[in-house]
Parts: sequence; C-alpha cells; structure tokens
Amino acid sequence: MWLIDSSIGRKVVMSVTGAALILFLTFHMAMNCVALISGEAYNVICEFLGANWYALVGTAGLAVLMVLHFVFAFWLTIQNRKARGNVRYAVSERPKSVEWASQNMLVLGIIVFVGLLVHFANFWSKMQLQEIIHGTNFVAGQNGPTDGAFLIQYTFSQWYYVVVYTVWLAALWFHLSHGFWSMFQTVGWSGSKWQRRWQVIGNIYVTLVILGFLSVVYFYFFKSLC
Amino acid sequence: MEKNISFKLKIWRQRGPKEKGQFKVYEMKDIPTDTSFLEMLDILNEQLINAGEEPVVFDHDCREGICGMCSLYINGHPHGPATGATTCQLYMRRFKDGETITVEPWRSAGFPVIRDLMVDRRAYDKIMQAGGYVSINTGGVPDANAIPISKEKADLAMDAASCIGCGACVAACKNGSAMLFVSAKVSQLALLPQGQVEAARRAKAMLSKMDELGFGNCTNTRACEAECPKCISISNIARLNREFIAAKLSD
Ligand code: HEM
Repeated sequence: MWLIDSSIGRKVVMSVTGAALILFLTFHMAMNCVALISGEAYNVICEFLGANWYALVGTAGLAVLMVLHFVFAFWLTIQNRKARGNVRYAVSERPKSVEWASQNMLVLGIIVFVGLLVHFANFWSKMQLQEIIHGTNFVAGQNGPTDGAFLIQYTFSQWYYVVVYTVWLAALWFHLSHGFWSMFQTVGWSGSKWQRRWQVIGNIYVTLVILGFLSVVYFYFFKSLC
Repeated sequence: MEKNISFKLKIWRQRGPKEKGQFKVYEMKDIPTDTSFLEMLDILNEQLINAGEEPVVFDHDCREGICGMCSLYINGHPHGPATGATTCQLYMRRFKDGETITVEPWRSAGFPVIRDLMVDRRAYDKIMQAGGYVSINTGGVPDANAIPISKEKADLAMDAASCIGCGACVAACKNGSAMLFVSAKVSQLALLPQGQVEAARRAKAMLSKMDELGFGNCTNTRACEAECPKCISISNIARLNREFIAAKLSD
C-alpha cells in the first residue's frame, strides 16, 4: 500500500489528516466565539452536539485522524533521524529561508498533544464523557453535562490555565505556520508562485483561528477579574 | 583586494568507512585571499606530505562548478557560506583572519564516508539507473522544431537539468532526504513531451529506489533549496509529489 510503504505516501497521510484537523479547528473556533456573545447560546450548541450519534461519530473520526497523524509523526521522525546517520555535524547553521517551526514539528506536535490532554481533562471528561457513561462527575456549580459556558468561565478564571492554554495555542500556531503550506506542497498542489501564496494565506488563516481561540480565553479571564 | 590571512582548519579525519573518525586542527599561515578553497586544501596537503603525514582525502574534479564532484560541509553549510556556488567556486576572501574553519564530510546514512572528507555518492547513480532516462525508441532524428515546446516549459526543464548531483541537498536536509535531487531529475524529463511517455513509471521507480537506499522523508524545511549550488527550487518537489500521487492513483 503506497500510503504506507512510500515516503511520499506517508507524507500524504500526514497532509490529509492535518488538513482534516485544521478544518475541525476552524469549526471549533467558530463555535467557541459564540461564547463571546452569549453563554446560553453556547450551551445550546453543546446540547445540540452532546453525546448524540453524529457527535460521537465525529469524535471517533477525529480520534482516528489524531492517532494516524501522531503515529505517522513518530514513524517519519524516527526514519528521518536514521537517514541522517549516526554522526551529527559539529557546526551547522540554519539558512535564513528555513523556518524554525519546520525543523521542530515533532516537538511542537508533542506540546500540542500534551495541551490536548489538559483540554480533555478540563472539558471533555466533564461533558461528553459524563453523558456517555451517565456519570455525574461534574465541577461544583456545573449544571449538567452540556453546561460548557460554565466550564469556560470556571477554567479561565484560574490564571494558570490561561498560561497553559496560551502556550498550547502558541505551539499550535507555530506547528500550523509551517504545516499549512506544507500540506499543499506535500500533495503537489503548489509551485513557485503558489508556495509563496499558500505561505501568506496560511499565516493569515492560522493567525485568525488562533486569535479566535485566544479571545475566548482572555475574555473570560478578564471577566473573572472584574 | 588581495591580502594574506592566517586561520585554523578543523578537519574531519577518518581512515576508512568502518573506522572511528575525529577532528584534527591544522594551522594555515599567510594564505592569499585569492586562493580558492580547494587550492588552499592542496597547499595543506603539500605541507602534510612534506612533513611525512597522510594528506586529507577530498573529492574534486572540474573545479569550475559543473561536474558535481566537490562536496565539503564548511562552517555549517554544504559548499560553504557562498550561495549558488560549489566548494570549488569558493575563495578564501570569504573568511576572516584568525578564524577557525570547520570542514566536515556530507553526513547522511545514504552517503557513507569512504575516507576523511570523501563520501560514497553512488546511491545517486543507482537512483538514476532506476529511471532517470528516456528509453523509448524515438525513431529517426526529427526536425528540431517539429515538437513545439513553450518557452516557459523549456526554461523550467533547463532549470531542473542544471542539477549537478553533488548531494548538497541531502547534506543540508535534517532528514537526509534526496527529494530535491530526485525531483529535479524527474522534472527535467516530465516537463518535456519526450519524457512524458514514461513519466509515471519513472516517478515511481526513482522514488522507490530513493526510499530503498535509506534516504529520509521530505518535511518541506527548504534547507535543500537554500543550500543548492544550482538554486534548484522546491517547486520541483511539488511536481514530483504530483507525478507520483497521480501515478499511484491511476494504478
Ligand atoms: C490539532 C492538531 C494538529 C494539527 C491541525 C496538525 C496539522 C499538521 C499539518 C497540516 C501538517 C503538515 C503536513 C505536511 O507537511 O504535509 C503537520 C505536520 C506534522 N505534524 Fe501535526 N498537527 C496537529 C497535531 C500534531 C501532533 C499531536 C503531533 C505529534 C505528536 C504532530 C506532529 C507532526 C509532525 C512531526 C509533522 C511533520 C511531518 C512531516 O512533515 O513529515 N502534529 N501537522
């Protein structure tokens, strides 16, 4: 199967799973921004999704994408380190046109993954998980498994979560500042003109998505201060 | 303007492929800045031979930037600090008096060290043998203008064909990937009607040879393009990806 046993095929898996994850992030960010306007409206979306069959299918799909992206990331990185050989250069300089992020995708990905675990503990385990197992392990004050607005308010009134989420989103920004144009290059939808264009489009797109997420974090943080 | 400089050379010495290597430092005195880097190494080797020591082994041939034989990872860059130039086109005026110049061989599992600064680059020949040619019977020689080719295509094919196969892309790549080389060799033919007949087979054969020989996966860092002495663009890699994916999808 060429997606597994050729180098370009393995990269196509990274590219397609990455693209699907970016689409999901875009949806998630748009949904979060509703919480800037009204907590009640946000909870309506939470109820709509909840643990309904389509939300569960979506979650399972995302889990598969994440696992594939994660496993291939380690697989590719191990192969690449082996291809580099055992002896490292004594002196090595990064040319100006090489982005820092492009050479540190695995490290950035690992930070993103750890952030994801924190995020699951903060939200998913108190919401969809409780609904699936019919549990009641809620945070004091949380009004049922679909009270997302309360959890946002609760989480981001604690300053250390604000720090953790900021670092997490910054790592994601760096990952995607390279990943965005790279995924087009990988599937061959690029050239000398489009490479530059994708890079610019990617920087704008990714910055907007990350700012969308950050705005909710800081909106609720500052709200908790007043 | 010519002047003389003195500097330290920190050079990788390794007696054979299986032996352990290490750096050795040599003092170079009063070298004119108009000396080319390889001439400077010749001067060093003369000194070593006169002192009864083993000369430093390094690859070189045409010394005018077209054969692709010279290599050397100098101060953290394949072919040294100059851009768009090979080591043989590098002059000592690029360096400062009193500097330490570190010279290493290409480091990649695909290019094992033979001795000192010389590496085995036959892997590239094997990739070429896997499909980097046109083998269809073209019949008699057609008139030069019988097959129209647009100026744009001709230019792109010529740009790709300027690859000299030196291996700087692999040396520069943190993944030891040969994608820039393979993509240039695929592109120079895929862009022209003569090469299109076998394009799908070629892309598959050359890529699987590259994978088989232990080169890494491309992660689009662009280090290859930045260090390539012929400034081959990564748009060739996008073309190779396109050719390869299309070939696999139509299998
Ligand atoms: C929401 C989460 C994530 C998104 C949206 C995402 C997106 C992307 C995209 C678009 C690419 C470019 C693919 C290409 O070059 O063709 C990429 C590459 C990469 N990702 Fe992620 N990623 C995410 C999480 C992770 C995680 C958790 C890890 C690892 C632990 C990871 C590791 C990598 C690595 C190592 C690469 C470079 C692979 C290569 O170029 O060969 N990513 N990612």
